[in-house]
Amino acid sequence: MSTTTTRGVAQPAPAKASPARPRRGLRGNPTVNFWLFTGPFLIGLAIFVIVPIGWSIWLSFFDARYTVTPSHFIGLDNYKQILTNSGFPDSLLTFTVFAAFIVPTTWALSLGLALLVNQLRFMRAFFRSVFFLPTAVSYVAAALIWKMSIFSGVRFGLANTVIGWFGADTVAWMSNPTPPWYWLVIVTLRLWIQSGFYMILFLAALQNIPAELYEAAAIDGAKRGWQTFRYITLPQLRATSTAVILLLLIAAYQAFDEFFNIVGQKATWAQTPLMELYKTALGTSQDYGAGSAGAVILSLLICLVTLVQGKFMGFGRGDESK
Amino acid sequence: MTTTAPRVGKRRRKDGGVLGNAGLYVAVGIAALLFLIPFYLILRNALSTDLEITGENWKLLPSFQWGNISELFDDPTVEFGHSMVNSLVVAVLTTVGTLLVCSLAGYGLARIPYRHANKVFYAVLATLMVPTAVTFVPSFVLVSSLGWVDTYRGLIIPGLFSGFTCFLFRQYFLGFPKELEEAARVDGLGYWGAYWRIVVPNSLNFFAAIATITFISAWNSFLWPLVIGQDPSSWTVQIALSSFMTNQTVNFHLIFMATAISILPLVFVFLFLQRWLVQGIAQTGIKG
Repeated sequence: MSTTTTRGVAQPAPAKASPARPRRGLRGNPTVNFWLFTGPFLIGLAIFVIVPIGWSIWLSFFDARYTVTPSHFIGLDNYKQILTNSGFPDSLLTFTVFAAFIVPTTWALSLGLALLVNQLRFMRAFFRSVFFLPTAVSYVAAALIWKMSIFSGVRFGLANTVIGWFGADTVAWMSNPTPPWYWLVIVTLRLWIQSGFYMILFLAALQNIPAELYEAAAIDGAKRGWQTFRYITLPQLRATSTAVILLLLIAAYQAFDEFFNIVGQKATWAQTPLMELYKTALGTSQDYGAGSAGAVILSLLICLVTLVQGKFMGFGRGDESK
Repeated sequence: MTTTAPRVGKRRRKDGGVLGNAGLYVAVGIAALLFLIPFYLILRNALSTDLEITGENWKLLPSFQWGNISELFDDPTVEFGHSMVNSLVVAVLTTVGTLLVCSLAGYGLARIPYRHANKVFYAVLATLMVPTAVTFVPSFVLVSSLGWVDTYRGLIIPGLFSGFTCFLFRQYFLGFPKELEEAARVDGLGYWGAYWRIVVPNSLNFFAAIATITFISAWNSFLWPLVIGQDPSSWTVQIALSSFMTNQTVNFHLIFMATAISILPLVFVFLFLQRWLVQGIAQTGIKG
């Protein structure tokens, strides 16, 4: 392993082609240094990410109740069990409904806020901060405020106070699934927390739209407002919009915190996929086999979505905001 | 409207001048007020008595019960102070550890000319396909067989090896000016020396952005601490808050004071570091 290369090669690509220049000692040896720099991370990644994934796949084919070192191979029974047991399919339905609410609303609100803030000429930083600030709040803290103050089912809750001014009766927002008011609670909470974050992404994208496009449109007689928005702004934001929608979908898929704290795991409605996994594997039944099977199914579904997205817009979560 | 910048001014003048601007500011102002309502509720309820919170008529301003703070920390049944300490330890160590491990790896992948560097990089990318939230079951299995349940180790170490953070560092270091490193090499520094003396000191903005995001997400994390923290002594502040919601014995004003105190450090971090945070998010599209 004495491959030494030119100093200061910028590309991570194989440096074989460049003429080798001898260096003294280990300090300048690229191979040794590569493993020195990446070794701690790769070892940790192997132990805490790759091993659990492999173990999980293995467990999903075994009867692993109350044990993580099972010996009874049962083939696909765990998959059959979790897919026929109503809890897990129901949770996928919950996710679908949730995504149908939260993805379009967050997209529209964050884009709307970005458009507004982008037009401000003074106090712009202030307003941007206000919309961005909820990103710092945890879902647990927000769930607490939503559950115990805003949408508290009793009369002193803010929502009930406000509708009381208009003569409406007190609504039990969360304790009763019909009508499903709990969606209002859950969706407004997530909207509040995440819109500011996506607003920042849209703001960055808006500022990258060349001003000449608008000038040219003005010369061509396009009306400011809807016309320029529809034919310039929106198409220019397409890559960001796609990325935002994908990020929103994946985040909605992994929803846990606010559902766990607002709806609770004992309710028969609005149980998300992760809550089902939590209950299956770590609840009273401690069925690691079925829980792992569910995790494998969820991972495959997320991979599928990511790959489909990759087909459409090229790889790279890191480049998408450009 | 005297602060009109010349470039935008030309565009703006057409759409209604002062009147159009007034409409814009009214719209933004209303949206901002709606976004601030939850913060107002936390502060109002935290500084009220229980009677004021549950009272018949809505009280706009609380009676400023500053004593609620000491009441919260003095209450032995709540264990709030302890959970704050746990959160602080976990969030700080997670941030330091993640920055250290992931930045080194990102630099190695980006800048050290090793033949198989790209293969290693693609292997790291592949792990991103499986979201960590989904692997909490097997991770728990692993951590519990290591005997790390209810320990700081169990709360911190499994979260340090973020493929995504490593990816972000790699992308960042790819754009780092190589002239600076070359100068370091001329001065006789090896890779290690150049990294610590030249690369890190010149990348502090990026480190600050990643640190802020990592700290916030570690502080706010819920699922993993819920799985690992089985005994109240190892609860983080999020688990403590969650337990207050289902616990009938804790008073309203204490719950809201606890919420306020749990958010306060983050709001300060956030306001203070916002410039880097916004920059970092705009550059990378990452979520805290």
